[in-house]
Amino acid sequence: MPKRFLFFPSLLLVAYLFSACAGNSPQKPAAQLPPPTRKIDPVTTGSVAGKIVLQGAPPAAKPIDMSAEPFCANRNTTPVLPQQVVTGDAGSLANVVVYVKDFPADYIVDPAPSMATLTQRGCMYDPHTIALRSGQTLEIKNDDQATHNILAMPSQNPKWNRSETPGAAPIEEAFAIPEMAIPLRCNVHPWMKSYVFVFSHPYYAVTGKDGQFELKNLPPGTYTIEAWQEKYGAQESTVTIGPKEKKPLNFAFSAASGVGN
Amino acid sequence: MAEAKSSTPSVPLSIHRFAFFLSCCVVLLLMAGALVTSNDAGLAVPDWPLSYGSLMPPMVGGIFYEHGHRMIATGVGILTIVLAILLARSEPRRWVRNLGWTALGLVIAQGVLGGLTVKFLLPPPISTAHATLAQLFFVTIVSITLFTSQWWQSDLQQLEDAGSPRLRALAAWTTVSIFCQLILGAAFRHAAFGILPHLIGAVVVFALVIFTGRTVRKRFGTVRDLRKWGILLQSFLGIQILLGLAAYWAVVQAIHAAQPTSVYVTLTVAHVLGGALTLMASVVLTLSCFRLIRRDATVSVAAGTPDSRAEGFRA
Repeated sequence: MPKRFLFFPSLLLVAYLFSACAGNSPQKPAAQLPPPTRKIDPVTTGSVAGKIVLQGAPPAAKPIDMSAEPFCANRNTTPVLPQQVVTGDAGSLANVVVYVKDFPADYIVDPAPSMATLTQRGCMYDPHTIALRSGQTLEIKNDDQATHNILAMPSQNPKWNRSETPGAAPIEEAFAIPEMAIPLRCNVHPWMKSYVFVFSHPYYAVTGKDGQFELKNLPPGTYTIEAWQEKYGAQESTVTIGPKEKKPLNFAFSAASGVGN
Repeated sequence: MAEAKSSTPSVPLSIHRFAFFLSCCVVLLLMAGALVTSNDAGLAVPDWPLSYGSLMPPMVGGIFYEHGHRMIATGVGILTIVLAILLARSEPRRWVRNLGWTALGLVIAQGVLGGLTVKFLLPPPISTAHATLAQLFFVTIVSITLFTSQWWQSDLQQLEDAGSPRLRALAAWTTVSIFCQLILGAAFRHAAFGILPHLIGAVVVFALVIFTGRTVRKRFGTVRDLRKWGILLQSFLGIQILLGLAAYWAVVQAIHAAQPTSVYVTLTVAHVLGGALTLMASVVLTLSCFRLIRRDATVSVAAGTPDSRAEGFRA
């Protein structure tokens, strides 16, 4: 075949691969915001608190098959269920991220805590869903005698994939750009899945098994509060908080409405 | 291609057998690659070319699939080097020697693409290119197997085809359509596209394969070498369509599963292999058409040479 016939397809292939690789670079924010100037008066702040419940019976879950890794199978003496839907008493729903969706960017907020910790224990992530501030260090520990890889696939921040052998020092990573529901997973143990939420402000909470949450120290104003659950999606509600007001807010997800039901 | 028409093979049969063995190894490699994707193990080993900094990491969980794939790929790479050298030493036909070096180039490129998928965290275009090049490499080795067969190198009576469209062209376009369909399938599997292009491709491939098979039967129904591959092509396509439907059902079922299920893994891997075998059948049929049917025929032949047999090439 004449070489000229090969030249252009080769050029196209190289350009295609180059563009594909370039596509992995993180997206930059559209524009730099001006630095925040508005101070929050601690005397007037209020809060939003409530409970998240699941209406209806939670879906029946099959135990995870960990036989692919002898350590994981032996480490868990009782069957381990997927963490997609975890409920407590009276339908209280765990692993729901509740946050202020539209917090004004011009408020000066408290600095982020130094670190948030995610632990790989029994070949599961603990906690299953974690929220932190942009720039805050995410420490990932390996308590297992098994090798894990941790693959983070954000869309706004850089993607990364790191391995962590037994006894290795914790991995430390940070996400510079606020982003919701970043999938984190282990490809060695494909049942290990987690979600990371990154916020520019401190007004977020992740529910435990009691389904309770509280967003404290909110300056008076009107806010959109969103509750996100891995299977049932997001719900939002608008609340207006007056000075020193404690506003109740509850969310109810329907067990019949989940994606995939 | 017309230079080798002696009844005595110009290349030792051992090379043909070696190429056949390599073809089987590539099928194994395709299966190993498909297992990596279906088990979501593509990034279980974050480094490349070593695995966790060593040649033999603990073969557990996803590492088993990813490193196993790398090991088989290394073996196939070595076997391809051997094949290229054997052809360079013993093969009198320059174009077959060049095809051996092309196969080597393809397997090297394939290894590099595999490394890029790891380094760039499975970007859909690179993963799709990796899956596509695998099929191209496979049919290259299959072609070498055919070209080194006793059948290809023996004196074969040339057939004429005055029908329209010519079977040579029809078979070639069928092969091209199957290859494009495999690209669309890989793109769907690696989340570059949705399912729709792959479904449209299936309709096109189905129509072309049926038309080609019918043309083979009508014009060359007594030519065993063409009829056999025509039947195989249609059979593989039928199985592949059923597997495709089943695999799609399994994909939908597995979307919210906690981990890849055995049904999902089995059906999707089988669908990938079915695609490879369909492409193989089409490539062999196309090459056989080019070998047996004259390019510029003027007289239509209702039935070809009844006794044209493939003795050297295993079906």
